[in-house]
Amino acid sequence: MTLIRAEGLFKTYRTGEVEVPAVKGVDFAIEARSFVAFVGPSGSGKSTLLNMIGCLDHPTGGTLTVIDTDVGTLDRRAAAEFRGRHIGFIFQDFNLIPVLTVYENIEYPLIMVQDWPEQKRRKQIARLLEAVGMSGQADKRPDQISGGQKQRVAVARALATDAQLVLADEPTANLDHDTAYRVIELMKKMRDELGTTFVFSTHDPKIMGEAEVVFTLEDGKLRAPSEKSAAAHA
Amino acid sequence: MLNVLKIAVRNLARFGRRTVLTSTLITLGIVSVLLFVAVAGSFKAMMIGQFTDAVLGHLEVHRRGYVASIDNLPLNLNMQPAMVEKVEQALEKSGAVEAYSERIKLGAMFSNFTETTSIRVNGIDPAKEAATTPLLPGRMIDGSKEGALLNPGEILIPALLARGMKVKTGDTIVLVATNRDGSVNGKTFVVRGILESVSGPSGRDGYIRIEDARNLLRMTQPEISEIAVRLKDPAQLDSVYEQLSEELTGAPGSGGKPGGMAGKGGGGGLEVHTWAALSPFSNIANMIDLLTVFIKIMLVSIVLISILNVMMMAVYERIREIGTIAAIGTPPRRILSLFLTEGLLLGLGGTVLGTAISLVAIYALNIWKVTFNFGMQQGLVLSPAIGAKDVAIIAGMVVLMALLASLQPAWKASRMDPVRALGHV
Repeated sequence: MTLIRAEGLFKTYRTGEVEVPAVKGVDFAIEARSFVAFVGPSGSGKSTLLNMIGCLDHPTGGTLTVIDTDVGTLDRRAAAEFRGRHIGFIFQDFNLIPVLTVYENIEYPLIMVQDWPEQKRRKQIARLLEAVGMSGQADKRPDQISGGQKQRVAVARALATDAQLVLADEPTANLDHDTAYRVIELMKKMRDELGTTFVFSTHDPKIMGEAEVVFTLEDGKLRAPSEKSAAAHA
Repeated sequence: MLNVLKIAVRNLARFGRRTVLTSTLITLGIVSVLLFVAVAGSFKAMMIGQFTDAVLGHLEVHRRGYVASIDNLPLNLNMQPAMVEKVEQALEKSGAVEAYSERIKLGAMFSNFTETTSIRVNGIDPAKEAATTPLLPGRMIDGSKEGALLNPGEILIPALLARGMKVKTGDTIVLVATNRDGSVNGKTFVVRGILESVSGPSGRDGYIRIEDARNLLRMTQPEISEIAVRLKDPAQLDSVYEQLSEELTGAPGSGGKPGGMAGKGGGGGLEVHTWAALSPFSNIANMIDLLTVFIKIMLVSIVLISILNVMMMAVYERIREIGTIAAIGTPPRRILSLFLTEGLLLGLGGTVLGTAISLVAIYALNIWKVTFNFGMQQGLVLSPAIGAKDVAIIAGMVVLMALLASLQPAWKASRMDPVRALGHV
């Protein structure tokens, strides 16, 4: 089942009179339950592409269908609702809310984005804390845990609402290699356990080797995908 | 909503020093305003009470045109018996009137047999006058307070006159007056007591019994210069004034309210005035009200600027955080409510603390019994008080301003583009 489909996708930024094309006519399809990496040098359009898939930015041309929805047509409110319902995000800088504990950071989308009842919330958070290996740190604030632990919490937060798709923009850029590897392994494990599709961007060759499907972007254009595992599309 | 509240509280705690400073500013503002309103209100009420309870009454009824020439005490503008009866019937009928007192006002020459000066005299029924202006007996600083306030042939004279004419209680003096026909008559009186002067109109008048005034003026029929009215509840002044104006003058009162112009009726040949229209102190009372308004505007400005400043800073410093919560799908209205709640809590915190401190301070001032002087009045005790309505209005105003001040920053946060916000450095 195709989860994401892009056809002739364009994104051009306008700065005053100057137009800067970031994505130039990209076509691709991503199957559900796959573990996909967009790779390429800085400025190649990886983040722009992820932002468009995540309904954070609108395409200026072509069509982009995510979970059977033409996301290019969503207005600001509808896009927020769509993100809240279907998509989880993992950021390069973790972006945990500093005033909330680990537990509360994971709980945040369940109360502020969706309205889960308390019992169901508690169960879900306990399951995710266990899954990301942070059960013992639930009451700690983000400034009391390491970078790797923060990203584990971010993974749990992204999965809290049972999102079908998790987008991670350079999730390992601020981590040392071993920690980065463990975070990627965690993401893969969550994909296996929950069936969530993970799409991430990276320019780290070792990390991109962990992806099952790799899309390489160069100057806003896509090279042919290299499929490393047929299981990714199963 | 509870979760939004919880996160808002934590965000305020995160910037603890700023939150404390802003709340302190609002608290100080609230304390200043509530104390000012309480003290100024007490001062105003006390002063108004001095005028209404010692001299004027709450309302006065005159024949039309009398007040315009009141400095001359025109006897030809006295109310005729039919008019007096009409007024008395209206006052008896009104359930809001506690007491009323008919007065004959006249100008006379006051002689101690060696010197002569002028005096304004009120002819009164002592019992009715004491019921209408209950502070009058208390103004007697010399003389017997036993029995009736005045017996026939007795006079109460103002302290200034007594001092100037070297007259003491028990002395005999002569009043010489000209009646409306121009004939002059004189009558001796025994000084029953000396009255402490009060500020304002009639504050330095003498008093004789109304029958003595009629004899002195050789009145052939019971004319009256004015009827002073005391209300059961001074708060009903406006409505009673309107009602009496309509009934006695045939037209609803358009003025004569506290701070207003003299109220004049139309065709009944009578006019009704409130104390405010008769006393220059009403201007001071208006100034106090105006000052209170300015103080409230200052408070509103303090709240508005400080909360606007804090909330703008809060939004600016948390742009990436706003980007994060927006990216993960937080609805814009919830982001709006989060920042509005933060502003509201700042305002509420300051308001609750400020109100509590103010009420304690007002209580303390009442215990310490601070005294002050006003005109000839010495050692008046300040009794600051504030009504629940005033507290509610001021508190509500601050909370509303806090909400309004947070609106722009909160709106900005809720409309923020997540991509730009996430990329903010």
